[in-house]
Amino acid sequence: MESRFQHIFLMPTFKAQGRLTLKVCLLGVLFSVSGFSAYAAEPGDLELEPLLVREPERREVEVDDLDSEDFEIGVFSGVMNVEDFGSDTVTGVRAAYHVTEDFFVEAVYGKTTLGQTSFELLSGGAPLLSDEERDMQYYNVSLGWNIFPGEAFVGRRWAFKGSLYVIAGAGSTEFGGDDRFTINAGVGYRLIATDWLAFHVDVRDHFFESDLLGTMENKHNIEFSGGLTFFF
Amino acid sequence: MKISSVDTKRHLSRVLLTLAVLVAGLQANAWTVFEKYQPKVLVSDPYLELRTGPGRGYPIFYVAGQGDEVVMLKRRTDWFKVRTPRDKEGWVHISEMQHTLDLDGEQIDFGALGLNDFTKRRWEMGFNGGDFNGASSLSGYLGYALTPNITVQLEGTQILGDFSDGVMASANILMYPFPKWRLSPYFTIGTGIIKTQPQTTIVAAEDREDEIAHAGVGANLYLSDRFMLRMEYKRHTVLTSRDDNEEIDQWKAGFSIFF
Repeated sequence: MESRFQHIFLMPTFKAQGRLTLKVCLLGVLFSVSGFSAYAAEPGDLELEPLLVREPERREVEVDDLDSEDFEIGVFSGVMNVEDFGSDTVTGVRAAYHVTEDFFVEAVYGKTTLGQTSFELLSGGAPLLSDEERDMQYYNVSLGWNIFPGEAFVGRRWAFKGSLYVIAGAGSTEFGGDDRFTINAGVGYRLIATDWLAFHVDVRDHFFESDLLGTMENKHNIEFSGGLTFFF
Repeated sequence: MKISSVDTKRHLSRVLLTLAVLVAGLQANAWTVFEKYQPKVLVSDPYLELRTGPGRGYPIFYVAGQGDEVVMLKRRTDWFKVRTPRDKEGWVHISEMQHTLDLDGEQIDFGALGLNDFTKRRWEMGFNGGDFNGASSLSGYLGYALTPNITVQLEGTQILGDFSDGVMASANILMYPFPKWRLSPYFTIGTGIIKTQPQTTIVAAEDREDEIAHAGVGANLYLSDRFMLRMEYKRHTVLTSRDDNEEIDQWKAGFSIFF
């Protein structure tokens, strides 16, 4: 642009000296105008009020960082009847992972002691198993289904959250020196006292085959227990 | 003596004070470390239903209104515990939470689990049972996906037979040719140790410990959320100290959870 203006306005200045001053003036004005326009094109030197740059405070919500309480661990105690061996106290620990509101996976380890069979009692002596072999322990992994979730009402004043669940799984039972493949199935009720504490009542059948008394037989062993668990 | 005992007392009290301040400071620090993340969200639907518990079986007892800022406290399965501006605390299902906005008015990614998460899973654990050469077998495993196509896993198995019991520990590698399929087949190879002991009702047999190698095929079926089913067939070669190696077939099925 400037060179073109120079070309147009400077050429005649050599010919007409008299009009030189005017031309120079004009030129000066033009230069200043064009110079100014060039000047204006650079935003850095603008004499405007400084822009207020606000860094927006990001308030994005990270759902994964939220405290999640899908695990439940606890202890239980009750009575277990072992077929042929009578009933005795059972104690154990349980851990569960709640996959959805409907389904959970539970692992249990329990311990009880076997009593004497009627054969041993009647024969008067001749113990079938040593004391060590009378310690019975089992573990299992089961899948539970919260079949009837809802509130339970106690009297007029109290409402408790809870759920009746059915549960079944497989595991192993050790007694008399051997391990036996064991299927378990049962029903339980979970009463949720607070967000982190729950009470359980469980009835469970542990089923296995055993030939300890001569022939291979199906054995049903019923366990009735109560316990408490913590959510975390 | 008296003066010195007073001095000691003063000194002691100063030390105690310093300790107290230190402990208080540490506690404050610990508090900030364990401070829970409790973000605020904006109700953009006409209302947000709060239930008394984390499940559809629990009744709705309060409704937060449009424009309310609610605090997210914690999560259990697909339910979120929130606190409303009026200090009501209740549980809201993820399907309703998905319609809330963050305080900038942006949508929040609640990341409902789907087939994509199944494909991209990293950790998984499972439990299964089946048949091990006529005996029952129970196994648990822990797996880690190096890529969507390759998973390494550790597995422990208990074998419960009529004549003998055993335990087996093995390390496996699994190859998934089609990791994006809902029913995703795989090949597996591995090695480990098997320990067998005869039942006590059988006489004159001894415990054995042998190395074992195996190859197999199987498939995972993605159900929903974090659940999948697994079926597997393996052929084991027990490297015995006798003249012949023993070949064992194992069939099993079970369920797994991924994280």
